[in-house]
Amino acid sequence: MNVLLDNLSLYAEGLLGTIELTVYGSLLALVLGFVMASFRVAPVGSLRVFGTVWVTVLRNTPLTLLFFAVMLGLPRFGIVLPFELFAVLALGCYTSAFICEALRAGINTVPTGQGEAARSLGMTFVQTLGGVVLPQAFRSVIPPVGSTLIALAKNSAIAGAFSVTELLGTYKTLNELGYSIIWSFVWIAVGYLIVTLTISAIFNLLEKRWGVAR
Amino acid sequence: MAVDPLIELRDVNKHYGQLHVLQDINLTVGRGEVVVVIGPSGSGKSTLCRAINRLEPVESGTILLDGQPLPDEGRELARLRAEVGMVFQSFNLFAHKTVLANVALAQVKVRKRGKEEADRRSRELLERVGLLAHAEKYPAQLSGGQQQRVAIARALAMDPKVMLFDEPTSALDPEMINEVLEVMQQLARDGMTMVVVTHEMGFARSAANRVVFMADGRIVEDRTPEGFFTAPESERARDFLSKILKH
Repeated sequence: MNVLLDNLSLYAEGLLGTIELTVYGSLLALVLGFVMASFRVAPVGSLRVFGTVWVTVLRNTPLTLLFFAVMLGLPRFGIVLPFELFAVLALGCYTSAFICEALRAGINTVPTGQGEAARSLGMTFVQTLGGVVLPQAFRSVIPPVGSTLIALAKNSAIAGAFSVTELLGTYKTLNELGYSIIWSFVWIAVGYLIVTLTISAIFNLLEKRWGVAR
Repeated sequence: MAVDPLIELRDVNKHYGQLHVLQDINLTVGRGEVVVVIGPSGSGKSTLCRAINRLEPVESGTILLDGQPLPDEGRELARLRAEVGMVFQSFNLFAHKTVLANVALAQVKVRKRGKEEADRRSRELLERVGLLAHAEKYPAQLSGGQQQRVAIARALAMDPKVMLFDEPTSALDPEMINEVLEVMQQLARDGMTMVVVTHEMGFARSAANRVVFMADGRIVEDRTPEGFFTAPESERARDFLSKILKH
């Protein structure tokens, strides 16, 4: 218990860092995932290819590698940003591939006749997707998107290795100060639980709220 | 009859893998004409119907709508599709929207009508198909026949030049078929140009100007209903009619 009380501000700082990474990373992942899912079902071939390549590359490479690529690679092209921003970029892009696939799975649960009816009325691809297909896909994608964002929260720990302030990284300082490693980790785990259970709660709420859509 | 052609198909071909579903189809539908397409299942009649608004792209041949060739996928095609109403076998009402919103949606998005105007027009059309009382319900709360009548109203809301019906009564309980056919009869009497794929021979006899009989991807006969039903020319049509009219 002492570990926590003695180092409350250190823990708080770390927790805040993790929350920031999670929130901004999630927003980026949702936006990019949405765009990529639209690309993957678009009637334009080049967009479909772009979406497929995006998902294939990002989903099939280790996140740590992506972190290296972003943190060490981008500065070579003159792009120098704060490490926090790099971390958000890496987390967001990586997770967007999973969000994209979750959304696409949801789109596939909507009967093709719905899209055909919309198109037969003269609605464009964007109108069909936005007005008819996605609203019906929304309900079924809530659980997998929730899981993906929980994974993002936990993946944010990798940012600690790149000197971004976040929850897991606090153990180094605590260790140097001579605190019990076990208790340090217990409280770190509690911190992650706070973040992930909050995400679960939000998605449970969304599911209850929108669950009656049909 | 084909003085003023609205739909023209010339040498249209399409394959599904090995299957040649549309073979050198030539068909002209005049303005105000009601053409009923019949034939055994797998004969390509649904594909023909869906090719007219390019829900099924064809491989070769030309399809003209009011003199214009069907454009490729995109805004042009969307604009053209708005002129062609389509009614599906499985209704395909938007499951997440009320009956009223189903009829109003494309009016607002495609025809750019204001919400009030669209709602007023929707109510008129729902009245016409006898479903105004159900305007605030969701599709799942209606019977099949009611859903199909809403689907007809939804298509009519775009003020289309032609209506395509792809087996509109095949998924309905027998007692609900008539309510849909009556709406279609009324449309035909009002002078709407219609292409109807159906197994309802009674409707073909009473409402059609022409009957097109398809088998194995080809148009085998294209005649008046009277001529077709009393004296079919081809062996294939005689065989088909003997099977469906026996009982």
